[in-house]
Parts: sequence; structure tokens; C-alpha cells
Amino acid sequence: MKFGVVVFPGSNCDHDAYYALKHNLGYDVNFLWHKDASIPTDIDCIVLPGGFSYGDYLRSGAIARFSPIMREIIEFAKKGRLVIGICNGFQILTEAKLLPGALMKNYSLKFVCRDVFLKTVSSNTPFTSLIERGRVLRIPIAHFEGNYFADEDTIKELKNNEQIVFQYCDKNGNVTEEANPNGSIENIAGIVNKQRNVLGMMPHPERYCDPVLGGTDGQVIFQSIENYLLTITKEVLCLG
Amino acid sequence: MMGKFLAKVVVTLKPSILDVQGRTVENSLKTIGFSQINNIRVGKYITFTVDANTIEEARKIADNATDTLLFNPNIETYNLEVVEMETGDRR
Repeated sequence: MKFGVVVFPGSNCDHDAYYALKHNLGYDVNFLWHKDASIPTDIDCIVLPGGFSYGDYLRSGAIARFSPIMREIIEFAKKGRLVIGICNGFQILTEAKLLPGALMKNYSLKFVCRDVFLKTVSSNTPFTSLIERGRVLRIPIAHFEGNYFADEDTIKELKNNEQIVFQYCDKNGNVTEEANPNGSIENIAGIVNKQRNVLGMMPHPERYCDPVLGGTDGQVIFQSIENYLLTITKEVLCLG
Repeated sequence: MMGKFLAKVVVTLKPSILDVQGRTVENSLKTIGFSQINNIRVGKYITFTVDANTIEEARKIADNATDTLLFNPNIETYNLEVVEMETGDRR
């Protein structure tokens, strides 16, 4: 199990992701540089970390989307390989059109940095394979532009295809307006693409992988990825 | 002969999208006494020059650049104006 964490100029959660994956969870991890024109063949899952790639100039994620590594990641994703974008990574994935919609300025116009509760809406993704539907996770957010928007038809499609993975909720799992930290439509905190191999989420699971940091609910997302990959490997071996 | 053209792009949020920045600026203006002012929208103004043979060609290039990077069709709309620059205008 090997993760590749992409480093853009302005990424600032790349080392957090590396630390969580390597030291808290024990996986192999490599940094991938934004100018790299290929992805090592042993990488199982790409992580687009949080931060302010290219200074958030023009729009968050808009410029990162055209970096050399992103061309490779778009191909990687199209082959069905796993990609997870966290915070700025989510913004980059929407700009790259790997995920629908866009992330706008928070409704409050404030940078919000605090714990939120997330309701797991779908277990039917590689990223939530170990999380039962309805389970509430406590994970921090830290963003100014996390207000998810998509037009009515897109939202309908997201719902019909069970692409909404996480919704902001209260500690009991109720999806309410008060629990929505940024104005996201339908309280959306994370979605997958139609093929279910690309996840974008505003909250930071990598920040809650170490008990010293106040929580460990983030671990299960990465463990789900490992679980999913082990399952499909077994299936392939059985079929073979 | 190759000419130089000036492109001016105004990018704004679609009318259907709540502009929270505009709302805040508007509230501020009202607070300081501009009660007559309403419907503020905040956008981006981007200018660049284009080398092209004709204004049509320049417009096509500017349009393409705007579509590719300068605006996000999910939430934004834009207005593009292209004008020929006078010789010696090095803006």
C-alpha cells in the first residue's frame, strides 16, 4: 500500500498527510513534485493535500490544475485509480473537472478553523468501505472557500448516483443548517465522481490521525482505502 | 501585418449565485450612509495584450484563454472586450 502526496508551490498540509500516512498509519508514502511528468508505477493512491497552491491566485485550484503532475493525475483517475483531494485538493479536483461543482467563499466570509461533524452518507466508495452508513466522524475544517455549489441538475445527479459521501451534521448526525459551517448546498462536505474512484472533501482527515492532536476519526478513511485495495486484490487473485 | 490588441475581461458570479462579498460591501456602504446603493456585485477585471493578425483572431484567442483558465463556468460568467491598440501604446 503506497500513497503519493503531491506537493504544489503553496501546499501546506503535504507534510501532515505524509506524517499521518507514514507514522500514524504505517503506510509507504512518497512525495510527488508538481513538475513531475509521471507517477511512479507503485503508487496506489494519490493525495492532493490542503494549502494554497499557487497562492490561490485567480481561483483556488485553478492554476494547480494545469501543472504537469495534474495531467498525469487526470489520466491516473480516468484509469480508475484512486485519488483523494483534501481541502485545496478538493478545489483542484473540481477545477480539473474530475469532480462536478465548485467551491466558493464561505457564506460567512470568514476563514473557519474548527472541528465539524460529518455524516457518512455512502459506504459504497473505496474511501468509506470501513465506515458504516450514518456513522458520524469528528474531523477539523480549515478553509475560506469551502462553500460547495453545483446547479440543480448536478445535485440531482449526485443524489441519484449516491455520490454525496459526507454531509456536515451535528454530533448526533442530524444534517441541519446550524451544522453547516460554510453555506455548502445540501451541507455537502465531500463527494465522489460517478466512477467512485475520486473523492474530494473539505475536512482534513490527516489532521485527526494522531491521538495527541485531539482525534483519530480521520484514520478510518485511509484504512478504508487499504481495505478496498486488499479486497480487489483478493478478488483478482481468486479470479486468476 | 501582426497587430497588438488589448483584451479586457470582466468576470462576475452568475446572477443566480449569491455574492457574499458584494453583500458585505453593500452593507458597509449602507452603514456609512449610502442608502441608495443596492445590488452590489464584486468581480474581477483582467487585462492582457494579444498579438494577432486581425481583431477577430485576437478575440478568438482571448475567448479561448478566458474559457480555458480565467473563469469557472460552474459559478461565473464573463464579458470580453477586445480593442486594437494604437501604435506606440505600450500598455
